[in-house]
Amino acid sequence: MKNKKRGVKKWRIAVFFLIVSFFAGLIAVNVTDHAEDISLGLDLQGGFEVLYEVTPIDESQEVDRDLLTDTVAAINARIDVLGVSEPNVRIEGEDRIRVQLAGVTDQQTARELLSTEARLSLRDVEDNLLLDGSDFVEGGASPNFHAETNRPIVSITLRDANQMAEVSQQVMEYDPPDNVMAIWLDYEEGDTFAEEINKEDSKIVSAPSVNRTLRTTDIMIESQTFTVEETRHLAGILNAGALPVQLDEVYSNSVGASLGERAMDLAVTAGFIGVALIFAYMLLYYRFMGIMAVITLSVYIYFVLVVFNWMNAVLTLPGIAALILGVGMAVDANIITYERIKDELRSGKSMMSAFKSGSRRSLSTILDANITTILAAGVLFYYGNSAVQGFAVMLITSILVSFITAVYGSRLLLGLWVNSRILNKKPKLFGVKESEISEL
Amino acid sequence: MNFNHETTKLDFVRHRKKFFTFSAVLISVGIILLSTLGLNLGIDFSSGTTMDVLADETVTEEEIADQFAAIGLEPDDITLAGDENDVGRAVFIGVLSQEETLEAQRHFEEVYGNVPTVSSVTPIVGQELAMNALISVLIAAVGIIIYVTIRFQLLYGLAAIIALFHDALFILAIFSIIQWEVNIPFIAAVLTIIGYSINDTIVTFDRIRENMKLEERVKTFEDVARVVNKSLIQTLARSINTVLTVVFAAGALLIFGGEAIRTFSLALVIGLVAGTYSSLFIAAQLWAVMKGRQLKKAKFNSKDVQESEA
Repeated sequence: MKNKKRGVKKWRIAVFFLIVSFFAGLIAVNVTDHAEDISLGLDLQGGFEVLYEVTPIDESQEVDRDLLTDTVAAINARIDVLGVSEPNVRIEGEDRIRVQLAGVTDQQTARELLSTEARLSLRDVEDNLLLDGSDFVEGGASPNFHAETNRPIVSITLRDANQMAEVSQQVMEYDPPDNVMAIWLDYEEGDTFAEEINKEDSKIVSAPSVNRTLRTTDIMIESQTFTVEETRHLAGILNAGALPVQLDEVYSNSVGASLGERAMDLAVTAGFIGVALIFAYMLLYYRFMGIMAVITLSVYIYFVLVVFNWMNAVLTLPGIAALILGVGMAVDANIITYERIKDELRSGKSMMSAFKSGSRRSLSTILDANITTILAAGVLFYYGNSAVQGFAVMLITSILVSFITAVYGSRLLLGLWVNSRILNKKPKLFGVKESEISEL
Repeated sequence: MNFNHETTKLDFVRHRKKFFTFSAVLISVGIILLSTLGLNLGIDFSSGTTMDVLADETVTEEEIADQFAAIGLEPDDITLAGDENDVGRAVFIGVLSQEETLEAQRHFEEVYGNVPTVSSVTPIVGQELAMNALISVLIAAVGIIIYVTIRFQLLYGLAAIIALFHDALFILAIFSIIQWEVNIPFIAAVLTIIGYSINDTIVTFDRIRENMKLEERVKTFEDVARVVNKSLIQTLARSINTVLTVVFAAGALLIFGGEAIRTFSLALVIGLVAGTYSSLFIAAQLWAVMKGRQLKKAKFNSKDVQESEA
């Protein structure tokens, strides 16, 4: 009895409790902050994703890298008008642009704003071009109020007052009521004034009559239906500049905020239940080693959140699934190690040497298994669309973090106990029966 | 659950033909079903628009149809989802225009207070997605074969890949039987299973490799079979414990995770079971058969050499 006790190194156990309480404190203090900081994908918080196909407006133009980059810049400038945080706009393939806006409250407006080409032009009643975008001062549009009616308007600035005078004289050559100067947004070849003016969702923003020569650089865009919000948006996209191309939606996915929230709540609840089941099973089956597994798994989940935040990655629904799958992989690494240690114990080795050789021999297995899975996740990331990519990023992060926590963390914690010698001759704690141990 | 390979009377190799036959039958039935019935492709892979309407109250299919009629739209199919049937899913064949989509979103926001989720795909994009998934599986498979061949041997790599396709086909077969709608997350699930399947197979192969080194003489198929059996029994506790814990996680997602990830989690659960089955009953046995043939061939070759020298 005395012999056994002499070798116990209590300080190692003290170190163990120190480490565990450190992490417990760290997790308790920080976990909600980290969890709240994670940016959610549009499937979890609502928002929309559109894949545009780019076709040039001008037929002589070719869709090349420069044109696409310009278009992305123009789209980004418009998103600034909307004030969306963390937009994601990127070029895909030869002639596609993918726009992801998570957390947009007014999806309808946002989508209309994005695909408007915002080519402003002034035309007469026979659709002859009077003035176009190049005649206006860049960044000269601003939301305003009509001086008399106090209705919201957008004012734009011309480069040259004389030009305006010339143009207004041209318009006055028509007899009333045809003496109008139509302000068009996105005029296309074939559109006519006569047709468009009566449409409900007309491309003609306003069509004021001109009765005298206007020698001014200020033009007012008026509409009976303008709201303050709309004038702000219109001025914003006019300043952001016209899109150099035409955008057609080939894929779109828009998630309502409440549906996204619901999906997230359910997935998180399911995750908690799954993790709780895993913990219970590990404790029941591996006893003492199970406690180590539960500690390292908790630290693993915490670290995944921290790393994920640090990478600024976006958590999607499949991402939550990958996180839970990662728990499975981390558990697997634990199980492989523990089974090895049990094998060694059964073969009659002492506690300390069983721990040592068990950890060493399980490492190459875990390494091979994890590398092959990372390989598969890497391919997923490279070829997948956004949802699948969210999954792949999470899977790779999970595997790397699980490798560190499950292999080194578990080894460190278990090692402190084993090397304290307090566990010597107590294989039962590891779930190994005395009867199973063969003599060396 | 402890398995001692000397006392446990489990012979995984002897019954291999039954396992091979079982899997072969299942896979052929699956392939026949896939080529006749096919998968129920969601709009992610075909083309059209789906709209999920959250109503915050129980609704009926007629109510949803009436609401769509009010804005002049007629869905081709309406199904209900959610625990209290409070989500209506409308499917339109052919893509709705942006105006129609926005109009519908406005309308339902007014009626139910929630903006519906709308997803539209044109045929080209849908086909590209499916193609990309297929290509990425093939690339991943080649990458895995190369890695396993370097770390182990070519025969291990071949057996692992056959097991991998077995598992992927298994999921596809089950889904063509139950006809659940297949979407993009489903692809993610299949790819995850491929990762898991290879992971699981590698763990048993790793033990076989180790035991092969320990054996003094491995000359016949019987020797190989003995090593494989021993290795499988040694790793059995791990195989069962791992699949149980992962199935706990995937099962919880399936039962409690909500309809948004139901297809995904079902594919995961099926795949996990298939992956464990193939690691225990298919992959190692295939390797044993191939290794046995290789040994036989080597023996003949060395005989030839001896005879010609004599």
